[in-house]
Amino acid sequence: MAVITVERKPLTLAERTYLPQIVGGLMTTFRHLVAKKTTLEYPEQRPAIPAGYRGVPTLVRDPNGREKCVSCQLCEFVCPPKAIRITPGEVPADQTDRAHVEKGPQAFDIDMLRCIYCGLCQEVCPEEAIFLQNQFSMSGYTRAEMVNHKDKLYELGGTLPDQHYKWDKKLEAEKHGNAH
Amino acid sequence: MIAPPKPDLVTVNIDGKEIAVPKGTNVIEAARLVNVDVPHYCYHPKLSIVGNCRMCLIEMGMPAVDPATKAPIMDPATGKQKINWIPRPQIGCGTNVSPGLHVKTTSPMVKDAREGVMEFLLINHPLDCPICDQAGECKLQEQSTGYGRGYSRFVEQKNVKPKRTQLGPRVTLDDERCILCSRCIRFSKEIAKDDVLGFVDRGSYSTLTCFPGKQLANNYSLNTVDICPVGALTSTDFRFKMRVWFLKQTNSIDTETSVGANTVVWSREGQIYRITPRRNDDVNDTWMPDSGRELFKALKAPDRLTSAETVDALVARAAEVFKQGPVAVVGSGRSSVEEQFLTKKLAAALKATTALVSRVGQGDKLLVSADKNPNVRGALVTGLIAALPSQKLTDLAASIDAGKVKVVVSVGEDLAAAGLTAAQLAKVAIVYLGTHANATSAAAKVVLPTLSVFEKNGTFVNQQFRLQKFAQAVPGPQGATNDLIVLAKLAAAAGATVASDLGSVWKLLAAEIPNLAPITYANLPETGLLLDATPFAALPFVEGETLHFKPAVAGAAVAAKA
Repeated sequence: MAVITVERKPLTLAERTYLPQIVGGLMTTFRHLVAKKTTLEYPEQRPAIPAGYRGVPTLVRDPNGREKCVSCQLCEFVCPPKAIRITPGEVPADQTDRAHVEKGPQAFDIDMLRCIYCGLCQEVCPEEAIFLQNQFSMSGYTRAEMVNHKDKLYELGGTLPDQHYKWDKKLEAEKHGNAH
Repeated sequence: MIAPPKPDLVTVNIDGKEIAVPKGTNVIEAARLVNVDVPHYCYHPKLSIVGNCRMCLIEMGMPAVDPATKAPIMDPATGKQKINWIPRPQIGCGTNVSPGLHVKTTSPMVKDAREGVMEFLLINHPLDCPICDQAGECKLQEQSTGYGRGYSRFVEQKNVKPKRTQLGPRVTLDDERCILCSRCIRFSKEIAKDDVLGFVDRGSYSTLTCFPGKQLANNYSLNTVDICPVGALTSTDFRFKMRVWFLKQTNSIDTETSVGANTVVWSREGQIYRITPRRNDDVNDTWMPDSGRELFKALKAPDRLTSAETVDALVARAAEVFKQGPVAVVGSGRSSVEEQFLTKKLAAALKATTALVSRVGQGDKLLVSADKNPNVRGALVTGLIAALPSQKLTDLAASIDAGKVKVVVSVGEDLAAAGLTAAQLAKVAIVYLGTHANATSAAAKVVLPTLSVFEKNGTFVNQQFRLQKFAQAVPGPQGATNDLIVLAKLAAAAGATVASDLGSVWKLLAAEIPNLAPITYANLPETGLLLDATPFAALPFVEGETLHFKPAVAGAAVAAKA
């Protein structure tokens, strides 16, 4: 095999003093001292979340504070890692503003150790009751803590505007509808 | 083209395919034979035909003949006989086949007609699939994927009808979802013979309701839920419990009576949610009694027997008990054929007498027979018993009183209920195999917890001597063991070696019982197999007439006497 001998160039005087390199490095350091910061003091400071961000899945209430989920279990069915588990139940008759909806979740659990934040549950929900919102950081000391139960999901979800008021329209129709 | 039809067959042409079908078949059934699906709501193969849903519209025509000479008119373009197509669609359910009938089920006119019918059916439908229990098995959902338009042109207000009506103890009605197919009305009138349902009001206000002062409370009411093509009639018990697409279906047998109605058990993750009938045209058609649908609730009952001890420890204790003296074995008409066979082996090993307890109740001439044991005939076929059992164990009681029996092995039978007094129970050592606690298990020296019919595989012989199999739907509870394993271990303790798995037991059965010779559990058809009943023809069975069953003369004579 042929061998190529490479000539090593001798260092110049400036290079041998190392001074230009030290000055150049210090200039970079001083420039960053006065420049605008690009890091955040997390967790005291939080980043701005862009629209359409897929955070932790949550359950939302309508503007009147009523539960929107009717426990149709489509999210449970579509969930790829089987993180969602719903126990369906009947809405008690004494909830006068919701009794006509008939069905609501007795229990609603999302295992955040399983969730892959894919957003299929939000996409499939016929009642617009489940949303992946801004919350991105979940932590806990035990596995059980990492399962979000119904009350936690509603606490995280809060209230979102409603375009349809589907069940109110239904109730309205029942009162003034086409009965004869 | 197929071979020349037999005299009672009629050749028809469906979507270009020729098929010979029996005379009197309607177009829906004929199309099913060539794997063509004609969508329908009101038509049901076991009910009368009303033709009111209009979903099964098809295009039909007959070969053209010259009116004067009756000579076939040929089509010069194709060289075949010309077909005169009727210019309007016809209903498939109400059209019986006739020779040469031509049917189109996919023509543009048919598709148009179906889309029109779907649009009208959906006009007043509430579209509340997210809360409807029928979602997933709803014909309206299925057909609207094929023939729905995806959006509504209806801008007026939908009709408002009664919701959440309790029609009876087990059935809830949502009238807004009803498409007025009248299947439930026809079922109540024709099958259950309890005519309580009807339509009131006219036009789009037509509403399904119970007649005043009546209730849909008969023992077949839940069949109306099964045949309802939409979510109008729903089971109160299953209401909002689970979505059907999560449920696993397992074929099973109704163990209530000797009819042996074929069923499907719907379960998820070891929990049974509901039981529905499975079609078997020779046994139960597509029906089953309501009482049989609640049997699974006993699985989680607080009196379910389980044991912290291992089976081997329990069997060792039972083996000690066997040494106390002469043994009598009380088998069960609720055990499967395989278990009865192993019970016989156990009895032979213990040199014990065998008996069975008969349970006789009222039959309803439909799907509940007088014999409340599902498998008395299995005990006859396997040779566990030679004569029909009696309701009280008088012979056993006499033997106990005389001191001739010291140990009683009971396979799931409550001896106290079978006529033994507490004093007699106390005189003998009892080994009890069973699923639930009772007076006998309380008095028993050794209790071996076993599995219920939903937790194991096996076969029953029903009143027609039809061998039918059931499969395991859910796992058994911890601390309960398969009956076959328990019986085999007990027999081993008594000195006889028998297999405990179903396949090996069937090899033994086939070898020892000529009536069962060519059968294995695996090759037994889902609809069952009729066994040779002639050896038992003289026995006075207790059953009266039920659906698809007429008692033999001997049995009828007994029924007439009673």
